[in-house]
Amino acid sequence: MTTLTLSRALNEGLRKALEANAKALIMGEDVGKLGGVFRVTDGLQKDFGEARVIDTPLAESGIIGTAIGLALRGYRPICEIQFDGFIFPAFDQIVSQLAKMRYRSRGAVTLPLVVRVPFGGGIGAVEHHSESPEALFAHTPGLRVVACGDPVDAYTMIQQAAASDDPVLFFEPKRRYWDKAEVDVEGALAAALPMDQARVLVEGADVTVLCYGPMVRTCAEAAVAAAGDGKSLEIIDLRSLAPLDTDTIFASVRKTGRCVVVHEAVVTGGLGAEIAAQVTQECFYSLEAPVLRVGAYTTPYPPSRLEEYYLPDLDRILDAVDRSFGY
Amino acid sequence: MAVKDAGRAARPGKRAPDDRALAQEPDRQADPAELIQLLTPEGERVEHPDYPLEISAAEVKALYRDLVIVRRIDFEAIALQRQGELGIWASLLGQEAAQVGSGRALGPRDMAFPTYREHGVAWCRGLDPVKLLELFRGVSHGGWDPTAHNFHLYTIVIGSQTLHATGYAMGIQRDGAVGDDGEAVIAYFGDGATSQGDVNEAFIWASVNNAPIVFFCQNNQWAISEPLERQSRTPLYMRAKGFGFPGVRVDGNDVLACLAVTRKAMQAAREGQGPTLIEAFTYRMGAHTTTDDPTRYRLSAELEAWKLKDPIERVKQYLIRTEQAEMSFFDEVEAEAAAVGSRIRAACQQMPDPEPLSMFDNVLTAPTAQLAAEREGFAAYLDSFEAEEATR
Repeated sequence: MTTLTLSRALNEGLRKALEANAKALIMGEDVGKLGGVFRVTDGLQKDFGEARVIDTPLAESGIIGTAIGLALRGYRPICEIQFDGFIFPAFDQIVSQLAKMRYRSRGAVTLPLVVRVPFGGGIGAVEHHSESPEALFAHTPGLRVVACGDPVDAYTMIQQAAASDDPVLFFEPKRRYWDKAEVDVEGALAAALPMDQARVLVEGADVTVLCYGPMVRTCAEAAVAAAGDGKSLEIIDLRSLAPLDTDTIFASVRKTGRCVVVHEAVVTGGLGAEIAAQVTQECFYSLEAPVLRVGAYTTPYPPSRLEEYYLPDLDRILDAVDRSFGY
Repeated sequence: MAVKDAGRAARPGKRAPDDRALAQEPDRQADPAELIQLLTPEGERVEHPDYPLEISAAEVKALYRDLVIVRRIDFEAIALQRQGELGIWASLLGQEAAQVGSGRALGPRDMAFPTYREHGVAWCRGLDPVKLLELFRGVSHGGWDPTAHNFHLYTIVIGSQTLHATGYAMGIQRDGAVGDDGEAVIAYFGDGATSQGDVNEAFIWASVNNAPIVFFCQNNQWAISEPLERQSRTPLYMRAKGFGFPGVRVDGNDVLACLAVTRKAMQAAREGQGPTLIEAFTYRMGAHTTTDDPTRYRLSAELEAWKLKDPIERVKQYLIRTEQAEMSFFDEVEAEAAAVGSRIRAACQQMPDPEPLSMFDNVLTAPTAQLAAEREGFAAYLDSFEAEEATR
């Protein structure tokens, strides 16, 4: 066992991915000599060379567009978009090109490409550095969308994403980069759940709480607080946002009869809406209360001095749990 | 074998280290012949046939004052960040002349579109530096009215504002405000931004429309950790030719040259002669932002070499050498800069956090019913904590 921060776990996972496949590449802004602004790629250029760990020109559309070309030529690019809010210049390449090429070619084209995106707020950053755009990609057929929530998943899921023959949007909870955990760097991958399966993090009987990325830790804390209040929360880390592991979700909701979905992203049109619709449809007769959503308000991300009010926290989650008992 | 092949295929045309050094030399060390300079690093006034500059002692002293105050603002902001008063700060250290020279070339009716580092231009436009501190403190996203000083909001996404600037210039054309007594736009961006599609599209739009715009690129040599050679194999000012408008390279640490070159390009734009690209060749003396650590990727020798080209020191030397200023003048400027520094420091420390409910303001021209309900729900939620406190 090795104690790793989430960012270090990603670094070790990327190292394994580069070792596992000679065609794997890392590309992005400042990923080389600097090791990325969060040091996720620290030391990789030194060890694998400039041909495999590429400091690209400053252009996100260019990063994804050329990565598609490299993938067409047989490479397996792992791209870094420096911050969530900077993914939009690459939106066309991801949505119109990356997501559709297999479909357009009737399966002839495979694009094994990973797009790593540090996402979410809570670090006191300026505009465009705290966003949660995952639903836009989960809404786009042809992409796999995942989010890691702790160092062990960071370490294993980045390797699974790199090994995937489908394009993967890989969301990293930037405010959890410094969270630490024990990681079995030798055995973790073999023992890992498949990337598209959710994990029951905390078993409970009264309410199913679904979360991912930065909200996983917050929800685990909510489970402890709720237990003190005599309520038993079942916390599920979704991990995969597209596809959703509905088997795990439905089984839990059928057991508890209550469901709260938590994400940092804006509630309106967010993943919670999709989950609520599916749960309502499939678990209707098990539900004791409507599916409730906890997330950001329908405003742009506010100045950072207000983010503590904007972001879901322990109190907002517990408030939703309480409300779900009010029906 | 696979590894070797992968490597070879991924780096076509990879040159030997010696060739690389040669190829990057013109970018890293500007050829004096193509670099427009009116004041040498030693403070010696030189003439350029295309950029005659008649400038009084009072005007040079005013520029010096701007330079010193702007550096002081930057210095205070870095200190405020270190003390936890700001979340982050993007320092302009080393780029004062490029910003003050170009900023003072603008008329009141001209419009400027900045990045997030144009604190010196903001100063020239009359924007209170405290507004900049608001943004970097996390109190606002800028929050100033761009029309108040004809200075647009800071744009953080790299290069996007060049298109906004171009569209604004197209509006000037449609208003018939080109010609005698015309208006023009200046778009600021950096060397890294020249790789963005938006910037290249702005060049195209400006060119085919002959828009009244000056593209002012501060080439500070570094896009966070990436040197210019990661963005361009050709000097940046030369790119303009391919888009169909003139490009010039100016010594970005020479405030007089930046003033003269920008004045001429802005006047050409106002008169209907179309866009110009100005590459101000300068150097980012500090980190990309206060969260960056440049020791990880660049040599201190490079920094030391650029210190000898300091944009402020050469103006001081010039004023002393030509006896246009007494020593007391420099003391007065220092004192004034210190006063500005103290004022913005105090304003920052006393700056209140925004009201929580203000985050619901200005999403649209009027709140939707949904947003109004969210706001109401949030207010009730906040009140519930106060009620809880009260009953304790």
